[in-house]
Amino acid sequence: MSIAVYIIVIAGVTYLIRMIPFTFFRKKIKSRFFRSFLYYIPYAVLSAMTIPAIFYTTHNIWTAIAGTAVAVALAFFEMPLIVVALAASGAAFLVGLFM
Amino acid sequence: MKNSFLRGMSHGIPICLGYLSVSFGFGILAVSKAGLSVFQASIISASNLTSAGQKAGIDVIAAGGTIIEMILLQLTINIRYSLMALSLSQKLDKRFTTPHRLMASYGITDEIFAVCSAQKAPLTPAYMYGMILIAAVGWVTGTALGAAAGELLPLSVSKAMEIVLYGMFIAIIIPPAKKQHSVLFVIAMAAALSVVFRYCLPMVSDGFAIIISAVAASAAAAFIFPVKDEEAEE
Repeated sequence: MSIAVYIIVIAGVTYLIRMIPFTFFRKKIKSRFFRSFLYYIPYAVLSAMTIPAIFYTTHNIWTAIAGTAVAVALAFFEMPLIVVALAASGAAFLVGLFM
Repeated sequence: MKNSFLRGMSHGIPICLGYLSVSFGFGILAVSKAGLSVFQASIISASNLTSAGQKAGIDVIAAGGTIIEMILLQLTINIRYSLMALSLSQKLDKRFTTPHRLMASYGITDEIFAVCSAQKAPLTPAYMYGMILIAAVGWVTGTALGAAAGELLPLSVSKAMEIVLYGMFIAIIIPPAKKQHSVLFVIAMAAALSVVFRYCLPMVSDGFAIIISAVAASAAAAFIFPVKDEEAEE
């Protein structure tokens, strides 16, 4: 199988998954339940993607825990996204120096 | 118009930095595992703009898998984007005509979705294009650098960079959880279900585990804490 065919298939499927609901869904949703559901979905998706996956980043549980702890603390004080993100990485790096 | 394009770009900077590091890893993998060229790896990143789906795609290419397998795998891993697209479709500005929707849907990633859905105002095409542009530049540049320069970066640095995007997710979900019990509930329940899938039901793929956890937690919250009209209009 040619690499080009694979590449076209991956890109095509991925695009259609995003495009169809985004383009063809025009109505404002009336159902209160469904509107509530869509309001909560972003938080639920991000949480499910982060936990427990974040503990498997950095190849070491202790550096990952350090990074997570710093991120949670800074997020609690509502620091900007970039500050929280880079501080988590910095904490993981610093703790990694002692591993 | 120009203003909101720039605002989108500035909101996309953390995404760009996170993507640089993650896609660097993808670039290394595409060369070492699937034997792709720097150009092929960069084309995959430019045409997909997604991490898990591309990684899985590389696996299928490396194994010489069938097209059917590729399609099913991509559907499973990426179907969450349909939920995100549906959610974003509810907060689009009137300027979002069909051609704009066709173009901007290319850029619905986990991170762009997260930042866009945290915006109070309706989303304009210019705002999304600014964010998508800078994110895609980071994603493709990182891929090309990783594919070309592989192991030049010290391991301690590249490992620590893996956590960047997750740090951003935490920064998005914690502040609203402080203010609303309902959001705290959703986050806790989704995380708990995700942990159950990981350790008790390992046969469920990561993509499906995320979908089921998120749908169950959101449905429970919608049932227990239905939002008031003002909140949903935001």
